[in-house]
Amino acid sequence: MSMKDEVVSRPAGQERETGSMMGGMGEQEQERGERPKRVGDRVFRYLTTTSGLVIVVAIVLIGFFLLIKAVPSLLADSTNFLTDWRFDTTGGKLAFGIRDMLVVTVLSSLLALVLAMPISLGIALFLTQYAPRSLARGFGYLVDLLAAVPSVVFGLWGVLVLGPAIEPVQRALNAGLGWFPLFSDGNVSLAGGGNIFTAGVVLAVMLLPIITSVTREVFRQTPVNQIEGALALGATKWEMVRTTVLPFGKSGFIAASMLGLGRALGETIAVLMILHTATSPSGFSFFDGGSTFASKIASAASEFSEPLPTGAFIAAGLVLFLLTFVVNAIARSIAKPKKEKA
Amino acid sequence: MAKRLDAKDLNIYYGKFQAVAEVTLAVPPRNVTAFIGPSGCGKSTVLRTLNRMHEVTPGARVEGEVLLDGEDIYAGGVDPVDVRRTIGMVFQRPNPFPTMSIKDNVIAGLRLAGVRDKSRLDEVAERALRGANLWNEVSDRLNKPGGSLSGGQQQRLCIARAIAVQPAVLLMDEPCSALDPISTLAIEDLIAELKKEYTIVIVTHNMQQAARVSDQTAFFNLAGVGQPGKLIEIDDTEKIFSNPGQQATEDYISGRFG
Ligand SMILES: Nc1ncnc2c1ncn2[C@@H]1O[C@H](COP(=O)(O)OP(=O)(O)OP(=O)(O)O)[C@@H](O)[C@H]1O
Ligand SMILES: [Mg+2]
Repeated sequence: MSMKDEVVSRPAGQERETGSMMGGMGEQEQERGERPKRVGDRVFRYLTTTSGLVIVVAIVLIGFFLLIKAVPSLLADSTNFLTDWRFDTTGGKLAFGIRDMLVVTVLSSLLALVLAMPISLGIALFLTQYAPRSLARGFGYLVDLLAAVPSVVFGLWGVLVLGPAIEPVQRALNAGLGWFPLFSDGNVSLAGGGNIFTAGVVLAVMLLPIITSVTREVFRQTPVNQIEGALALGATKWEMVRTTVLPFGKSGFIAASMLGLGRALGETIAVLMILHTATSPSGFSFFDGGSTFASKIASAASEFSEPLPTGAFIAAGLVLFLLTFVVNAIARSIAKPKKEKA
Repeated sequence: MAKRLDAKDLNIYYGKFQAVAEVTLAVPPRNVTAFIGPSGCGKSTVLRTLNRMHEVTPGARVEGEVLLDGEDIYAGGVDPVDVRRTIGMVFQRPNPFPTMSIKDNVIAGLRLAGVRDKSRLDEVAERALRGANLWNEVSDRLNKPGGSLSGGQQQRLCIARAIAVQPAVLLMDEPCSALDPISTLAIEDLIAELKKEYTIVIVTHNMQQAARVSDQTAFFNLAGVGQPGKLIEIDDTEKIFSNPGQQATEDYISGRFG
């Protein structure tokens, strides 16, 4: 809209100037000389605006499509969609709620984030500030390689290696801190570690390369004159990091973590492989089993021939979409002030 | 507390490249020494070896001695962090910490040195800001970020930050090159003032500035591209600008250079 206004008003303004400023020929010519560039600008702006609009329209259409599919199922739901822990779409009668999927998704993702954030921060600091250059390159490459491991491999690793390996740790936590809800007895057996705890640890490993690589780049961009300013004041390496690198990279690190959180919320196959099926409601414990939104939907793909059960899963998917959207919005609002400053 | 500085036989390298060769010079206390010379002749490099900032650059190293009141700052067992606390530095481009308030910028050095006493910090902040001729302009907004000041004010903030720790020597690398004439004059006045308490070394491209603020002047030059820079001569500023001992110095000063 405003673009159209400008297109219309600019030539008019130019004509007025030509009329009043007889002596300004040089300037006029210069302006005319710039015209082709402005046309290019305008074309480019239309193109980019259009592609921007395409994305917005696509998202709205997808959301709308999902909503239309979900509403009949939601209306047919015989139980409370938000508070029931069961998700039963078989046998013609729909009884599905998202309580436990929400709990499992949020708990596993938050655990992953809590584990991955400090480790990623440490790796990024090590790579940019402490490691000798040759080591930093090789090690950085290794971390990036971690991002290329397919999640099904992480799933296998979780089930076959990590789960059994950390089972003793889980038992100890459960025995020692069982009074605390997060470590109380879960709704699946501790044997084999098929619970949120294991899933969270595996997700944490998957988040490491994501958070680390973004954070590393941000840290690397700390202005040299800031770093030298701190060192010239007699800061030790760590004090320099604390006064310049960390404040400079903080928002980038948080945004990277939110990016990772979004990834963890949507991770499907690894979680599906790790988590054992639960037969009772979650008690908000890390030792619960069950499924996340994504793993539940993926595991039910065979039911998608019937419209009503399908709609139930689509409704669950919408909640996941909403959750991710909120996380992204938070990441954006945290990352933004930095951009304005720089 | 102002100390003298003696550099002896400095050979300074960036990796394999030798940037400066055979520099020997003496900087007396409570005195302003100016470094002049064409671009790339190694003025900044020499300056940065005087407080062990040179080795911050990867691969950079120094041969020779730098004596602070007779004690070699490059001797084994000397911590560069301690050296930098005693020998302050002001950079070409103002570099206050953008996330810190004006006051926190000034007392950053003291905080690093472990001072926690709040009244002491307030007192030092005011004294340093007065010392840098900035107090009147910022006293009512000490909690605003350091980045919110004008370029000239930021540079004076950096000077305040450097003098807050009462260094034995103050090094300045073209401190006025990013500033307008008024701010430049303000900083030159400030240098004349600071000279009473501090030993100052200043790099400048501005001949008039060197003539105005310094007591002695060192002229550096380099024989050609890829050659190391050398100290051609160092003498009283008056003598360098009126009757230099070397032809190269005279050519450079009178603009008959190259
Ligand atoms: N970080 C660095 N790595 C490699 N070489 C460098 C580095 N910094 C400076 N040099 C080289 O060292 C020599 C001296 O540079 P220096 O910055 O000391 O010159 P200068 O006299 O301060 O010049 P100017 O007046 O332009 O600031 C130059 O040849 C320069 O290319
Ligand atoms: Mg320089």
